[in-house]
Amino acid sequence: MALDKNQIARRIAQELQHGWYVNLGIGIPTLVANFIPEGIEVEFQSENGILGMGPFPFEGEEDADLINAGKQTITAMKGAAYFDSATSFAMIRGQHVQLTVLGAMEVSENGDIANWKIPGKMVKGMGGAMDLVASADNIIVAMMHANKKGESKLLSNCSLPLTGVGCVKKVVTNLAVMEIVEGGGFKLLERAPGVSVEEIQAATEGKLIIKGEIPEMVL
Amino acid sequence: MNKVVDNVEKACAGIENGMTIMLGGFGLCGIPENSISQLVKLGTKELTCISNNAGVDDFGLGLLLQNRQIKKMISSYVGENDEFERQMLSGELEVDLIPQGSLAERCRAGGAGIPAFFTPAGYGTEVAEGKEVRVFNGKPHILESALTADYAIVKAWKGDTAGNLIFKGTARNFNPMMAMAGKVTIAEVEHLVPTGELDPNQIHIAGIFVQHIFQGTGYEKRIEQRTVRQKS
Repeated sequence: MALDKNQIARRIAQELQHGWYVNLGIGIPTLVANFIPEGIEVEFQSENGILGMGPFPFEGEEDADLINAGKQTITAMKGAAYFDSATSFAMIRGQHVQLTVLGAMEVSENGDIANWKIPGKMVKGMGGAMDLVASADNIIVAMMHANKKGESKLLSNCSLPLTGVGCVKKVVTNLAVMEIVEGGGFKLLERAPGVSVEEIQAATEGKLIIKGEIPEMVL
Repeated sequence: MNKVVDNVEKACAGIENGMTIMLGGFGLCGIPENSISQLVKLGTKELTCISNNAGVDDFGLGLLLQNRQIKKMISSYVGENDEFERQMLSGELEVDLIPQGSLAERCRAGGAGIPAFFTPAGYGTEVAEGKEVRVFNGKPHILESALTADYAIVKAWKGDTAGNLIFKGTARNFNPMMAMAGKVTIAEVEHLVPTGELDPNQIHIAGIFVQHIFQGTGYEKRIEQRTVRQKS
């Protein structure tokens, strides 16, 4: 069975390490915060200016002056800090944030990512995505393996305007966990439970590297 | 030094057609609502607006867009605004989209007297087109220039008559660095207090960056995405 969005988030949460500062993008990445493994403490940074972002507020306790980068109302954890946008991106470019998780429309086998523009159709802007992908050492993409038309989003080359080049390290989709290796290629690390290597191969347009037995994910 | 003006009319009196204006805020959080309403009232045209977002259709900078008062927008993210998208795709509106961190740093640099800087953000993308590339520590960076504006309009939570400002929560966002980058900076505040009432240790932006300050009124503080959880 392919994973649902929550299961993708749950699998990515297994990558979290104690003491990390983490920036979560909009969509599936946001869900990662719901699955922090027991005994691990991480702090979430939202690039509009908060470190120590907490869950959504209770109804009636929303504060217009307290939102995340997705413009959603949030709360602040004990020990949280607010800061301006220049300081926020100093944290990001200065590599003080250990992990960035974001969504993508396309990822290429050499780690390029496209997630901000569809020429002639959708131009919303890149927001902080270009700063994040250009700076972070550890970038995980959370996305579905195929787009709504059923076309692979894991390509030899991105067809859409790029957000960043050679920056993605790992991709977690509804079908698989893959690592982008030096020299290019999606190295298959894990399969979604019940999904075969052949199915993953068929759904991947870019170069898929399969070495030895590929274990199933443990969720 | 007393920076207080009586009202928004006096604060915005010097804004003319064709000027470049920075406006603080992220989404609808921390936007200078009073001054935006005043610009709508004045009908000032051909504006170049530097702001992270462009508001929504019927609030924030969306109001100026509907009124066709903006010639050019310099932003990082403009989703959730149909009128914006329509004007951009039809070519009525010039749009310069730049990475959020570069936008923040370009404003900061403008206010700090740094004419340009290198950043890795946008290398290898459309954003890098026509820009100088230089490799530092084995990594390519692009040259981005500073931004300044004829006017910067910011919104703070508290301010004193000397123009010292304190922001609240994530409403701080672009406001501090835009306050620094305006040739003239207008600050509208929810609470205007006499000097001496703010603890100097707590001030986020010193009054040196602010030329006019006024007590704002009738803040709507609209929430764009109301997300809540149920009490269990």
